[in-house]
Amino acid sequence: MLLEVKNLSHNYDLESSVTDYSLQDINFMIERGQFVGLIGHTGSGKSTLVQTLNGLIKPTTGQIIIDDQDITKTKNLKEVRQKVGLVFQYPEHQLFEETVFADIAFGPKNLGLTEQEVEQRVKNALEVVNLDYETFKDRSPFKLSGGQQRRVAIAGVLAMEPEVLILDEPTAGLDPKTRQEIIAEIVNLQQKTSLTIILISHRMEEVARLADRILVLDEGKLVLDGTSAEVFQQQEFLQEIGLGVPQITEVLMKLKNKDNMIATDIFTIEEAKQEILKLMRG
Amino acid sequence: MLDEIMIGQYIERDSVVHKSDPRTKILVVMFFITTVFLINTFSGYFILAGFIYLATMMAKINLKRIIKSIKPLTFIILFTLVIHLFMTRGGDVLWQWRFLRIEEEGLRLGLFMALRLIFLITFTSLLTLTTSPLELTDGLERLLNPFKRIGVPAHELAMMMTIALRFIPTLLEEAQKIMNAQKARGADFESGNLIKKAKSLIPLLVPLFINAFRRADDLALAMESRCYRGGENRTRMNVLMLATRDYLIMATSLIYLGLVAILL
Amino acid sequence: MPLIEIADLCYRYNQDQDWILKGVDLKVDSGEFVVIVGHNGSGKSTLAKMLNGLLVPDEGEVLVNGKATSREENIWEIRRQIGMVFQNPDNQLVANIVEEDIAFGPENLGLESAVIKKRVEEALEVVGMDKFRRNAPHNLSGGQKQRIAIAGILAMHPKCLVLDEPTAMLDPVGRKDVMTTVQELNQELGMAVVHITHFMTEALLADRIIVMDQGKIVLEGTPQEIFSQVDEIKKYHLDVPQLTELAFRLSQAGLDVSPDIFNVDELVEKLCYLKSKI
Repeated sequence: MLLEVKNLSHNYDLESSVTDYSLQDINFMIERGQFVGLIGHTGSGKSTLVQTLNGLIKPTTGQIIIDDQDITKTKNLKEVRQKVGLVFQYPEHQLFEETVFADIAFGPKNLGLTEQEVEQRVKNALEVVNLDYETFKDRSPFKLSGGQQRRVAIAGVLAMEPEVLILDEPTAGLDPKTRQEIIAEIVNLQQKTSLTIILISHRMEEVARLADRILVLDEGKLVLDGTSAEVFQQQEFLQEIGLGVPQITEVLMKLKNKDNMIATDIFTIEEAKQEILKLMRG
Repeated sequence: MLDEIMIGQYIERDSVVHKSDPRTKILVVMFFITTVFLINTFSGYFILAGFIYLATMMAKINLKRIIKSIKPLTFIILFTLVIHLFMTRGGDVLWQWRFLRIEEEGLRLGLFMALRLIFLITFTSLLTLTTSPLELTDGLERLLNPFKRIGVPAHELAMMMTIALRFIPTLLEEAQKIMNAQKARGADFESGNLIKKAKSLIPLLVPLFINAFRRADDLALAMESRCYRGGENRTRMNVLMLATRDYLIMATSLIYLGLVAILL
Repeated sequence: MPLIEIADLCYRYNQDQDWILKGVDLKVDSGEFVVIVGHNGSGKSTLAKMLNGLLVPDEGEVLVNGKATSREENIWEIRRQIGMVFQNPDNQLVANIVEEDIAFGPENLGLESAVIKKRVEEALEVVGMDKFRRNAPHNLSGGQKQRIAIAGILAMHPKCLVLDEPTAMLDPVGRKDVMTTVQELNQELGMAVVHITHFMTEALLADRIIVMDQGKIVLEGTPQEIFSQVDEIKKYHLDVPQLTELAFRLSQAGLDVSPDIFNVDELVEKLCYLKSKI
C-alpha cells in the first residue's frame, strides 16, 4: 500500500477562501503504480484534497498514510513534498529562474542533492517532457512558447522524483496539439516507471481513457470510487452533480438501453467502432 | 483578511453618514484631523470625543468597531506615551526611581500625543467604515479636479486607485498559490536568518511581478477596447451631488470649530 | 456592405520577424456567427486584434462598416462597434464592483448618467448576472467573470462581439454558461459574433467555421461541411469531437452514417434504424 487516506475532513475557517468546499470524511487507498483520475466540478474539493496529500494544507481531522507514515503528524514536510509531487494548474506561472536548468534544479537543490545528482535529475526530467537538454538548458523560461513553459514547469516537479505525481489539470488552456503531446508524455512516463499518478481533469474522455481508477468528489465528499467502466455507468448521477460522461459511452449506453447486446466499458474510438460494427453485423 | 483589504473596513449601513457625499466626508475628516493637532487642552479633546460619539451614533456603527481599529496600533501609541513620559522634561518631578524620572510636562505631552494618535486613527476609521473605497476614490478625484490646471493628475490617480482595489485581492490569491507551488518543490519560506528569508522570497516575488506585468498588458488592451482614452470626455454613472445633509454636516463641523475656538 | 471586410491582410510584429498573417481575406455580415479555429501560432488571436484596431495591417485593409481601422479618426467608433472579450477572466475587469465595471465602457463614451444606468441594467439582465451587481469580481467564478466582461461590452451597444478564446480558462459549467449567453446574443439580439476557440464542440454552434493555419485561412464552411472532413481537420492539429470521429470512422467502415452528426441521439437512432433493416 502506497497511500491511504482515512476519515479525512477539512474545514477552512470561515474567514478565508470561500471558493472551495471543505472535505468530509474521505477514505481511499491507492496502490503503487495506479493511474487515478480525480473528477468533480469546480468547488467540489479536489484542490483541497490534493493539497492535503502533500502537506500544503493540514487537514482538520483524519490520517494520510504514505509509506507507513502519517504525514498529518510528521514535522518533516520537505520529505512529504518530495514523495508527493504536485503540479498546480497553470504551473508555468511559477517559473522564476533565469535559465530552464536553474528553474528545474530548484526542487532538487532544496532537497540538498549534490551538483551531479541535480544535473542528472534535470536531464532526466527534460527527457520525460521531450525537451532537448542541450538546446533548452541555458534558455530563459520566459522566452519559450506556452507549451514549452508548461513542460519546463512540469519537469520542475518531476525532478523531485516523487513516488506519487499529482497533476491538477495539466493541459488546461493549451491547444489540442500540445495537449495531446503532454498527455502522451505523462502516459509514457507512467508506463516506463510505473509511477503512481493522480490526474485531475475536466475532460471525461481523457480520464476515462487514461485512468485505472476514478475518484469522484462532490461537495467535499467522495461519492464514487471505481474503474472507468463502473463510474461512467452512473451517467444520471454524474449529470446530477454537474459532470458528464464521454460521448462514446453515451452512444454505447443508449444503444444498450434499446435492447442491444453491446459492451459499454469502452473508451477509445477504435474499440467503440469495432463494437458497433460487431453489433451491426449481428 | 482578503475582504478587509478588498473593501477596506467598509460596513454597509443605512445612515445619513453613509449616504452623504464622499467629498463632504473627506473634507470634514481632514478638517477634524487638523484640529486634533491644534488643540492642546483636555477640554478640547473632550469636545472632540463628544463629536466622535455623535458621529458613530449617526453612522449606526458600534463603538467597539472603532476601538477594534485602534488595537493594531496599540504598541505605537504606548511607545509614544512611554518615550514622552521618561524623556520630556519640565514641571514638577512626579516619580523617580534611580535614573528613571517622570516629570509633569512629560506626562502631559505623553498623554496628548497618545490621544492625538488615537483620534487620528479614529477619524480615518470613521471615514473608511462609512465610505466604500470606490466612493473614496471618486471623492478624491472630484476634490483634486480643480488642481488639474497646476498639473495634478486627478483622473489618473483615481484610476490607479480603482485598479489597485480591483487587483489587490487577485494578486494576494496568486501570491498564496505561487507560495504553495514553490513549497511543493521544497521551498522553505520560514526558517533561516533574515538574509536567507529574504532570499527565499525570490521564487515568490519574481513570478508575482512577471504575472502582474502580464496582467497589466492584458488590462491595457481590454481598457483600450472599451474605448478608454484617459479622463477626457469621460462621464460617470454615479454623479456626486451635494445634498441638504452634506450642508448640515458641514454646518455642524463649523459649530464645532466655534466651540474649539472659544475654548482655545 | 458587410460589417467587417478584410482584404489581403498581412502583418508581422517586427520587421525582422516572420509574417504572422499572410494574406487573409474575410467578410463578416451583420448578425452572423463566425467561429475561428486553429492551433497556437496560427494567427487567429492576431487576426482578432485587427478587428477593432488594436493592431493595424502592414499590408491590406480592415474595414468596419466601410471605415478603415488604419485611420486614426475612425478608431473609437470602430471600437465601440466591435466589442472585444479576452481569454483571461481576471485581467479585463477594471472596477471592484460589478456594476461599476459594466459602466466603464459607456462612461468612456461620455454618455449621461441616466443612460449609463439603463444600459448597465439591461446588460446585467441579458447575461443573467443581475443578482451579482454589487459583488466584487474576485468573488465570482471564471464563467461569471466572463459574463460580466461580455455585459461590459454589451453596454456599449456594439454591432459585433469578438471573443478571443473566452472559454479557454473555464471549467465545463462556466464554458457552457458563456456559450449559452453568446448564442442568445446572436439569436435574440441579432448581434454578429466572431468567436475564437480551441473547442471544436463550440464551433458546432456557428453559421460558418474558419480554420486558420500558419497565418492563412485554410478551410471555410458550415459546420456540416467542415466536420465531414475529419482527416483534413486533424491535419491542422485540431480536435474532433468524439461523436463526429466515431460517425466518420463508421461511415469509412461502410455504414451508411453521415459524419456530420452532432448529437448522440441522432447517431443512436440512425444505428438502430440501420440495424432494423438488416
